[in-house]
Amino acid sequence: MTTTTGSTRVGAEDEAPDPYAAGQRETTQGTVYTVTGGDWDSVLDGGDDEQHMVVNMGPQHPSTHGVLRIVLELEGETVTSARTVIGYLHTGIEKNLEYRNWVQGVTFVTRMDYLAPIHNEVAYCLGVEKLLGIEVPERAQVIRVLMMELNRMRSHLVGMATMGLELGALTGMLNGLREGEMILDIFEMVTGLRMNHAYVRPGGVAQDLPPGTVEKVREMVASFRKNLPGYDDLLTSNAIWQRRLQGVATLDAQGCVALGVTGPLLRAAGLPWDLRKVEPYLGYEGYDFDVPTETTGDGWARFRVRLRELYESLKIVEQALDKLEPGPIMVADTKIAWPAQLALGADGMGQSLDHVKKIMGTSMEALIHHFKLVTEGFRVPPGQVYVPIESPRGELGAHIVSDGGTRPYRVHMRDPSFVNLQALSATCEGGLLSDSIVAVATLDPVMGGVDR
Amino acid sequence: MSTPVGDDAPKALVDPKAQVAPAAGSTRVSAVTPASAAPRESSDMFGATFGGDTSGFGGLVRRPRRAASSPRPYGGWFDEAVDALAQAYPGFEDAVLRVVVDRGELTLHVLPDAVAEVAQVLRDDADLRFELLSSLSGVDYPSQPDRLHVVYHLTSMTYRRRLRLETAVGVENPHVRTVTGVYPTADFHERETWDFFGVVFDGHPGLTRIFMPDDWQGHPQRKDYPLGGVPVEYKGAQIPPPDERRAYA
Repeated sequence: MTTTTGSTRVGAEDEAPDPYAAGQRETTQGTVYTVTGGDWDSVLDGGDDEQHMVVNMGPQHPSTHGVLRIVLELEGETVTSARTVIGYLHTGIEKNLEYRNWVQGVTFVTRMDYLAPIHNEVAYCLGVEKLLGIEVPERAQVIRVLMMELNRMRSHLVGMATMGLELGALTGMLNGLREGEMILDIFEMVTGLRMNHAYVRPGGVAQDLPPGTVEKVREMVASFRKNLPGYDDLLTSNAIWQRRLQGVATLDAQGCVALGVTGPLLRAAGLPWDLRKVEPYLGYEGYDFDVPTETTGDGWARFRVRLRELYESLKIVEQALDKLEPGPIMVADTKIAWPAQLALGADGMGQSLDHVKKIMGTSMEALIHHFKLVTEGFRVPPGQVYVPIESPRGELGAHIVSDGGTRPYRVHMRDPSFVNLQALSATCEGGLLSDSIVAVATLDPVMGGVDR
Repeated sequence: MSTPVGDDAPKALVDPKAQVAPAAGSTRVSAVTPASAAPRESSDMFGATFGGDTSGFGGLVRRPRRAASSPRPYGGWFDEAVDALAQAYPGFEDAVLRVVVDRGELTLHVLPDAVAEVAQVLRDDADLRFELLSSLSGVDYPSQPDRLHVVYHLTSMTYRRRLRLETAVGVENPHVRTVTGVYPTADFHERETWDFFGVVFDGHPGLTRIFMPDDWQGHPQRKDYPLGGVPVEYKGAQIPPPDERRAYA
C-alpha cells in the first residue's frame, strides 16, 4: 500500500523527520510506501503484487475543478474508493453575514457560487423579501429573470468549457469561454462588474438597466443563435468526446434523490424536476420554455442536458426582453428601498447629485432617514423562511432566520454543489481513474459554493 | 419558528415605561405570551427608545413571536399532512412538540430522539412522500435552554410540498439521531452541522469535521464564538472589526 500521509504541524523541529519524504515502513497490513514523485522504482522493487495505491488528487490539480481534494484508492487503473475532502475555500460567509446588515449580505452571498452570482443574490433576496412580506415590482422581477438566465447560460458554458479542458478538448474550452465573454460584457454593463455583482438587492435591483442594454442583449442572443449550433456540433458530434462521456459516471434518478442531487444531474437521469416549473418564482410560470431531460444519467446525458438548457435559457431571455416595461425597479416602501439611485457623473457612477442636494439642502428629515437606513439598515420581522430557486447546478436554497433586528440572525445557503459532490463516490468507484475526471467534470461543482 | 426575539430581546429595546405601566402591558402579555417574552416596544422605525420621533412611526409596538403551536386549521395541505403523519406515526403526540405555520411554511418541532423515525415516516408514507432532504443545518439560540437547533427542510417531489422539521438540544448533551439512514444526503450536512455547531449525530457513519481543519478547536457558527478580525485604520480613524461595531439589535 502506498500512501502520502498528510497532516503535520507547521513549525516542526528541524531535526524532525520530513513526513513528506519518500520512504517505507512496516505496518500490520504490510509495507506502506510513501512516494513523492520520481521515486516510483522503490515501489516497483517492492515485489508485492497485492498492492493498493492511495493517490491524493488535488487540492491543487488542473482537473479537480477548483480546490477539491479527492483521495482515490486504486487497484491498477480501477478506482476502488473515492473520498472527497473539502474546506480549502471555506471563507466563513455565513458567519460574516451575521455581522452585517441585510443589504450588505448581498455582497457576501454573491461570492459563494462565483459562477452563479446572480442566483445567489436572488435566492438570498427572495428570502429576505419573504420575511419582510413584500413583493418586488414587475420590472425588477423581469430584470432578475433576465440576469439569472444570462447567468445560467454563462455558467453552463463555463461548465462545459472546463469539462472540455479537463478531458483535453481545448477547442471546446476556448469556444465556450469566448461565448461566455459576451454575457460577462452585459453583466459589466449592467452591474459594473463581471462577477461579485451585488446587483440584486432586497426589494428590487440596485439600478435600472443602462441605456443600450436591451440592444446589446438582443445582439448577444442573435450571436448565440448563430454560434451555439456550431459549438454544439463541435462537441456533440466528436467521436472522442462521445466515447469519453457515454456510459461513464452514471447515477440514476433514485440514486440522485437519495443523495440529494438536483439540477442538470437529476434531469439527466430522467426526472424533469426544475424548480422554475414545479415551484415557479418571480413569474417563471409566465415564460414559455421546456425542461430538457435525458434518460441515461451518465456524463453524456448531463452534457446534453446543459447544452439543451442553453437554448431554453435563450428563449427565456428573449421573452424577458419583450416583457420589459418601464416602471420602478425597487419597492416603493422608503423604509426598505435604498434612498437614492446612483447617477452617472463626470468621474463615473456615483452619488446622485440631485439626491445629495435634497438631503443636504432642503430636507433634514430626509438626511436623517438616509443616514439611518444606510448605517443601521432596515429591520426584518422575526421568523425563518426557506426559499429554493433553480440555480445552474440545482436547488439553491436560502434558509434565513431573523430575530427582528437589522442583521440576519442566521443565513444558511443550501448550495447545490455541496450536496451534489456527495455523488462523487457513487459515480467514481468501480470505474477507471480517467473516468473519475469525467465524474468531477460533469458534476460541475463550484468550490466557492461548496465551501462557502 | 421558536422565538429568538422573545427571549433574546435586549433590555434596551424593551421600553422601560412598558414595565412601569402594568395596565396595558401586563394584560396583553399574560394573555398572549409567556412572561419572559415581553412585547417589544419602540418609539420609531429604527428601534430608538428615547428622543423625539423622527420617523413618524411613534407608538409602534412590535409583538414578539410566540413559540406556541399555531391553531388549527393550519390552512392548505398542512392539516392533511399533519393528520397523515399523526395517523402513520404512533408516537406523534409525544414526539411532535409543536406545529407552527408561519409565512406559508409548515414547521414541526420534534424531539431529538424521534427525528429519524419521523423522517422515516415522512419519507415512506404514501400520503406524505417527502423523498428529498433539501437541506439540513443548525441555528444557535443562546438564550434558550436547548440552544442548538437543527433544522431539516424536506421536499415531497410527489406532491410538490415542503416541510420543515426542527429539533433542539442543549450544549451539554448535544445528541441528535442521525437521518443518514433515511436520507443518505444528510451525510455532508450533518458533518457540517457538527463542525459548525457541535451537534453530535448519533449513528452517523463518520462524523468528522468537514470545512474546518481536523484539529480545530470550537464550533465557529455558535453565537458565542467570536468572528475575529483586527481594527483597521482609515484616514486617521480606527474602524473596529465587524463583530465589535455597534449593533442595532
